[in-house]
Amino acid sequence: MLPEIGQVVLAIACMFSLLQVVYPLYGIYAHQQSAIESAKILTVLQFVFVALSFIILAYLFLVNDFTVAYIATNSNSAMPWYYRLSAVWGAHEGSLLLWVLLLSIWSTAVALMSKRLPVESVARVLAVLGLLSLGFYLFVLLTSNPFDRTLPYFPVDGRDLNPLLQDIGLIFHPPMLYMGYVGFSVAFAFAIAALMEGRLDSAWAKWSRPWTIAAWTFLTLGIALGSWWAYYELGWGGWWFWDPVENASFMPWLAGTALIHSLAVSEKRGVFKSWTVLLAITAFSLSLLGTFLVRSGVLVSVHAFASDPTRGLFILTYLILVIGGSLLLYAVQASKVKSRGRYSLISRETMLLINNILLIAALIVVLLGTLLPLVHKEMGLGSISIGEPFFNRIFTVLVVPFALFLGVGSLVRWQRQNLSDLFKPMVILLVVSTLLTLVFLLAFASHFTWLALLGVFLGMWILVGTGMEIYLRSTHRFSLWTGMKKLGNSHWAMTLGHAGFAVMVIGITMTQNFSIERDVKLRIGDSVRFEHYDFHFDAVNDLQGKNYGGIVGQFTVKYDQETVAVMEPEKRIYTVQRTAMTEAAIDSGFTRDLYIAMGEVLPDGAWSVRVYYKSFIRWIWFGPLMMALAGVLVMFDRRYRVKKVSKSAAEVI
Amino acid sequence: MNPRRKKRLLITSFLAVALSLAVGLVLFALQQNIDLFYTPTEIIEGKKETGIKPEVGQRLRIGGMVVQGSVKRNPESLKVSFDLVDNGGGIVTVFFDGILPDLFREGQGIVAQGHLLNATQINASEVLAKHDEEYMPPEVSEALVGMDNFKANNK
Repeated sequence: MLPEIGQVVLAIACMFSLLQVVYPLYGIYAHQQSAIESAKILTVLQFVFVALSFIILAYLFLVNDFTVAYIATNSNSAMPWYYRLSAVWGAHEGSLLLWVLLLSIWSTAVALMSKRLPVESVARVLAVLGLLSLGFYLFVLLTSNPFDRTLPYFPVDGRDLNPLLQDIGLIFHPPMLYMGYVGFSVAFAFAIAALMEGRLDSAWAKWSRPWTIAAWTFLTLGIALGSWWAYYELGWGGWWFWDPVENASFMPWLAGTALIHSLAVSEKRGVFKSWTVLLAITAFSLSLLGTFLVRSGVLVSVHAFASDPTRGLFILTYLILVIGGSLLLYAVQASKVKSRGRYSLISRETMLLINNILLIAALIVVLLGTLLPLVHKEMGLGSISIGEPFFNRIFTVLVVPFALFLGVGSLVRWQRQNLSDLFKPMVILLVVSTLLTLVFLLAFASHFTWLALLGVFLGMWILVGTGMEIYLRSTHRFSLWTGMKKLGNSHWAMTLGHAGFAVMVIGITMTQNFSIERDVKLRIGDSVRFEHYDFHFDAVNDLQGKNYGGIVGQFTVKYDQETVAVMEPEKRIYTVQRTAMTEAAIDSGFTRDLYIAMGEVLPDGAWSVRVYYKSFIRWIWFGPLMMALAGVLVMFDRRYRVKKVSKSAAEVI
Repeated sequence: MNPRRKKRLLITSFLAVALSLAVGLVLFALQQNIDLFYTPTEIIEGKKETGIKPEVGQRLRIGGMVVQGSVKRNPESLKVSFDLVDNGGGIVTVFFDGILPDLFREGQGIVAQGHLLNATQINASEVLAKHDEEYMPPEVSEALVGMDNFKANNK
């Protein structure tokens, strides 16, 4: 009974999303105030019903109702309760339900937190969001219903969740990532509403900026979590594979990063407006494209769930309608947008323009590398794959100008900058960052490579550049300490975000250049040594978990005769799906990780083992964490606190 | 030219130069990193679509089923070799030095990335067997159509 109720509730939510589109727009058309104001109530109602439906599905997972097909294929009574809960979004149907739930959460947040915005604008935004929801509801109800039954021959127990996904990382990774993906729909809705209205001013940029930054923050965290999960769970110690699905999440991130910078310019200087609108459309379109790529099964990857052509077709149609429609609207309306501000060639505006160009270039590279294999195959030229070296090489090239401009960019003034004024700070910047680079490499590098020199220098350049900017800005009028206290939250956010990027660049450089990876054959009692470290293979013991069995190895790790860690990598066999899983043992540290993963037992009783030394790998996730914190900081900026913006001010602007 | 136009011209030309540079770079990098997918039969007889055979030393991807009893290991190291077959009947030997994935098994479809040593031998830098029992890359499952019997008998 309960599953049917869940389905009906979902259908009701779908109806509300339809009303949320039609009624407010009709109200605007017919000048009917009550209809316009109903948008908020309808949004909240839609949220209540979809949330109820989601809760029902989660409850069914918790009580192991295997009469529901989705639960029977993706859960098992032996799984601990938290994995049963996260299994709700462990596969196609549930993850789509999560998607619409999050979309309605964002919509409701917009409805409740935009009290100071003109009612008509909010109604338009909510109508656009309702339209997006409607498409996804239809998709869920028509092609991927999570409440389908297995009756009358239901299984006694479930087929278990894919063991790869039974992990703490999976509890958080998809919701975070989806919050980001779906969050761009708000920026998109604001842009579309503004286009419909034909009114694009800096107020628009101001309203949509905190929403965009919130979405970007979630996406940043989601991607970082995914990378961290891949590192410890996939068992071969990589942190980014340029897998099509990773690319699918990386593309909206690149567009989103460009968008938040361009929004800043639109808000502060009133230029780049139509470009910003285009970016908002792009960011959300890429989120949709990502969903299409992942869910339609056209791509081959760990993330691809069982595919079904009707689903692919549905998403493709939806994609074409949304992207095509919004671009058409843009083409018709964008000419009405006039940028008033002026700026000279050397100015903060130009710096941010360059930032945008480089980000879009990176985006195009990723898009090309992801879609080319598909196109190639569809054209009957045979299957191809595009290797990691392609992306690595191009990103190595692109990051150089990006980082150089980033380091200087914040020192350059808005509107016009005198080049000769910039000369002295540039020299200081160059000297200090070079010195720091050399000190850093002498302290932490085991040998010299040019790429390491370049990468660490770029990181230091950004760090020193942002540090100098803070110093110059604070001492401009006050003493350093008072000046620093007077800087706004969003200023600190910029500093923190840029520093986070620098930390990530340094982390990537060190990991790629100074990591040591050994795949070795070890018998119990054998050792492998490198770089002061000695890994001794002590023993292999049996392992018994709740829904898996297996073995666990034991390694004693010594650094110059001193024991630093006892590591226990596992090899699990999940009983239901008969799947082998490698659980790596990781000894993490600020400047290095030690990583051991068991391979397989060889015919002569020895084991193949991966023993890795990963230099500075934590920094790769620490950097994005700083960026996400920066995003949180902006949202707490005085300017965006809803109550402080007076109604009259909002209307005058 | 007034200064505004001049500025625009400068920006546009900068954009044009950057863009063409980027395109050139991307195409160059692409050219070196596209790996065509072959089945064992295609390596011996040439691609189905074009009839072109891979050249010795070429980087490529190969997918097929690991022949029962063909896995040979070096007792001293992690070096291993095995034969791949597909429904066209061609057999190619793959050499690999490293740790095979968890789901690598005789009678299982796998994909290997590497370069061609000679007409029927490949040196692999990476061997992939996907994590899901039911999962098989579409290229491989295509190449194995009609081999179910063969697979079942071996199990």
